[in-house]
Amino acid sequence: MKDVTGIKEIIKPENLVYKRSSVLTDNVFSYCPGCGHGTAHRILAEVIEEAGLQSETIGVAPVGCSVLLYEFMNVDVQQAAHGRAPAVATAIKRLLPEKFVFTYQGDGDLAAIGTAETIHACNRGENIMIIFINNGIYGMTGGQMAPTTLEGMKSSTSPYGRDIKLMGNPLKMTEIVATLPGTYFVTRQSVHTPANVKKTKKAMKKAVEYQKLNKGTCFIEIVSNCPSGWKMSPVESNKWMEENMFPFYPLGDLKVPAVE
Amino acid sequence: MMERELRLMKGNEAVAEAAIRAGADGYFGYPITPQSEILEYLMEANPYKTTGMVVLQAESEVAAINMVYGGAACGKKVMTSSSSPGISLKQEGISYIAGAELPCLIVNVVRAGPGLGTIQPSQCDYFQAVKGGGHGDYHLIVLAPASVQEMADFVELGFDLAFKYRNPVMILSDGAIGQMMEKVYLKPKKNRSTVIYDWATTGKPASRERNIITSLDLDPYAQEIHNQNLQAKYREVEKNEVRLEEFQTDDADYLLVAYGTSARVSQKAVQLARAEGIKVGLLRPITLYPFPSGRLKELSRQLKGILSVEMSAGQMVEDVLLSVSGKVPVSHFGRMGGVIPTPEEVVDSLKLKIIGG
Amino acid sequence: MTEEILIAGFGGQGILSMGKIMAYSGLMQDMEVSWMPSYGPEMRGGTANVTVIISSERISSPIIKSFDTVILLNQQSMDKFESSVKPGGILIYDNNGITRHPERKDITIYRVDAVEEASKMKSPKTFNMIVLGGFLKVKPVIRLENVVKGLKKSLPERHHNLIPMNEKALERGMEIIFKVR
Ligand SMILES: Cc1ncc(C[n+]2csc(CCOP(=O)(O)OP(=O)(O)O)c2C)c(N)n1
Ligand code: SF4
Repeated sequence: MKDVTGIKEIIKPENLVYKRSSVLTDNVFSYCPGCGHGTAHRILAEVIEEAGLQSETIGVAPVGCSVLLYEFMNVDVQQAAHGRAPAVATAIKRLLPEKFVFTYQGDGDLAAIGTAETIHACNRGENIMIIFINNGIYGMTGGQMAPTTLEGMKSSTSPYGRDIKLMGNPLKMTEIVATLPGTYFVTRQSVHTPANVKKTKKAMKKAVEYQKLNKGTCFIEIVSNCPSGWKMSPVESNKWMEENMFPFYPLGDLKVPAVE
Repeated sequence: MMERELRLMKGNEAVAEAAIRAGADGYFGYPITPQSEILEYLMEANPYKTTGMVVLQAESEVAAINMVYGGAACGKKVMTSSSSPGISLKQEGISYIAGAELPCLIVNVVRAGPGLGTIQPSQCDYFQAVKGGGHGDYHLIVLAPASVQEMADFVELGFDLAFKYRNPVMILSDGAIGQMMEKVYLKPKKNRSTVIYDWATTGKPASRERNIITSLDLDPYAQEIHNQNLQAKYREVEKNEVRLEEFQTDDADYLLVAYGTSARVSQKAVQLARAEGIKVGLLRPITLYPFPSGRLKELSRQLKGILSVEMSAGQMVEDVLLSVSGKVPVSHFGRMGGVIPTPEEVVDSLKLKIIGG
Repeated sequence: MTEEILIAGFGGQGILSMGKIMAYSGLMQDMEVSWMPSYGPEMRGGTANVTVIISSERISSPIIKSFDTVILLNQQSMDKFESSVKPGGILIYDNNGITRHPERKDITIYRVDAVEEASKMKSPKTFNMIVLGGFLKVKPVIRLENVVKGLKKSLPERHHNLIPMNEKALERGMEIIFKVR
């Protein structure tokens, strides 16, 4: 058959510019269309692949939409109880110090029920990478208020908008852990544009390097979206995130090593 | 009396609305499927504006149950709700509440475990609810609703029992009853109570000694007396508070014992079996603690066999066995993992394990 | 009388609310009703389904595996639930987006092209009412007047102005449903 589309030309190996990471499984992501979890998974998989750590990695995914991380990442994964991943990861890293250990946690998980574990793992300077997906809401359970939910933001448990007087203030966990001596590298990124994806990937790569050097906890917040919980289209949600989340959760490094 | 209001509601919503109407002072909860509607409904209804009822989303189940401890110790009508993994987290607090003899209501909309399990309905938390759950010798009073109507009714009943005995009460429901909508008659709204209890920490007036809420007793002999008092209270509860429902037991040769969702399935199974000429009845414990042992023992004299039907590996069956002390054959049929048995399966099992056996 | 119904389609298609209106209508007719949704993460973006039981007796199990009537509104649901119709039961489907039509020979099959009709009527949101109308035509378990009462009960007050349009959709559904075999 004649190659009218030119596809055969395009798929030649020398023309390859992008391929799915081998650290991802063949399973189709079950995340909602436009959700940041998918992109974050992909970057993480690429970083692990590029560092040659597939066989050296142990991931910990507690409860949240990303509890299914083990379906998508082709590395050893432990599923942990809601909020407890940093404690679980602490033991893994201490018992297998040569391995690369990460947790992947939502904001409800890391900043509500898991606050104690998060702060104490960071304070002990556990030599792990914590990925913190902040989408300002509980995605998995159907859009309830999270500790990170912005003032006035509606959710199924703040149907009239978050009222600071009754429900407290949105919690800046990343700022808190940056003050702890045990953290080595603390940064806040996003994955909603190619430029931001690049930056997040760079941050993860640094965290991998620092973990090899036993530097302490590396904490990467990814400000993300939840089109389903926010009841927006993916495009709307990214715009809303830029306009509302970023001013309160500004992107950038919060703590970098003094001398690199 | 005002007319009762007819509504179509989810079991979870019925709990929330009934709490407001029963004059609850506070609800403290944390989201978890399949019961998040309770907190969501209360946030939407915003009863703080009308009755003054406090509703708060806690940072965890651990925090929520300790909020309940604090509120209960002030003599307030307070409650929490969760589903299995969250109830496990609450166990420490529940043990303290039982030890300190505080009244409160805990709703468990059970899902299948162990661990994270699945969010589908189950009855796998029977042991945890009925045999204590946390550490120490204690009992909750456990109510098992089998309909949305009972989800609503047991909120008020639960609070009444909690205050009568100064003991935590649990509504042991499951994902099916929490999620399904049925018709429900709601009682008119009661005012919140203004009673100040003489045991509660409400600030010490000159007229009384200070009140201390504690579950600590360093002296083992004093602790033993406290334990004996608790046990005496549980005997009272066992004497006074057994509740059950019977269906076609009069002439029954065989008996199904089932609560909650599996009781509904079993009722249908009774009809199917009767249509085949099998004389079978159903005993539905409404209180799981205290368990209707007395009635079971009585019935066992006329029975040729008992089948305990549960959505678990067989937990209540142990209490059935204890009740009839070997006088009649007892067996168990159950589905696990969030699967609800069908009435046909129950009839088949009855034939296989009891009648044929 | 007991009628056990399953409705399945895309999440957000108004499936749960259609079931709710059915249940409310049954209530208005002094029947026992139960409404049991599929719940949990499965709902997100994927398929949603709801079981409605309307009965003159106390309803035993709200979760059942085979149904008198199954209403299927997308292909995934067709694949999953065609087999759930009781032998001799009824399957109702909307042709929209269907690539594999129902194949069973031991049931009666009806089609109600509600998506198309709703867009013709320029009120896509009444899609589920057209389906409900079709169902009531083939299974008149609830009287129309009680459905209207049920609508009133299940819609918030501020949406009561939409009732006439929904009534029209119900009637339209009754007209356009046809027997495939
Ligand atoms: C002890 C316990 N409590 C509650 C839950 C229910 N639960 C599951 S995920 C979750 C929060 C999810 O939100 P988040 O961590 O922000 O992650 P997202 O789903 O938004 O990615 C909750 C409360 C649970 N699984 N275990
Ligand atoms: S619910 Fe929200 S966080 Fe979860 S997969 Fe969907 S969009 Fe993502």
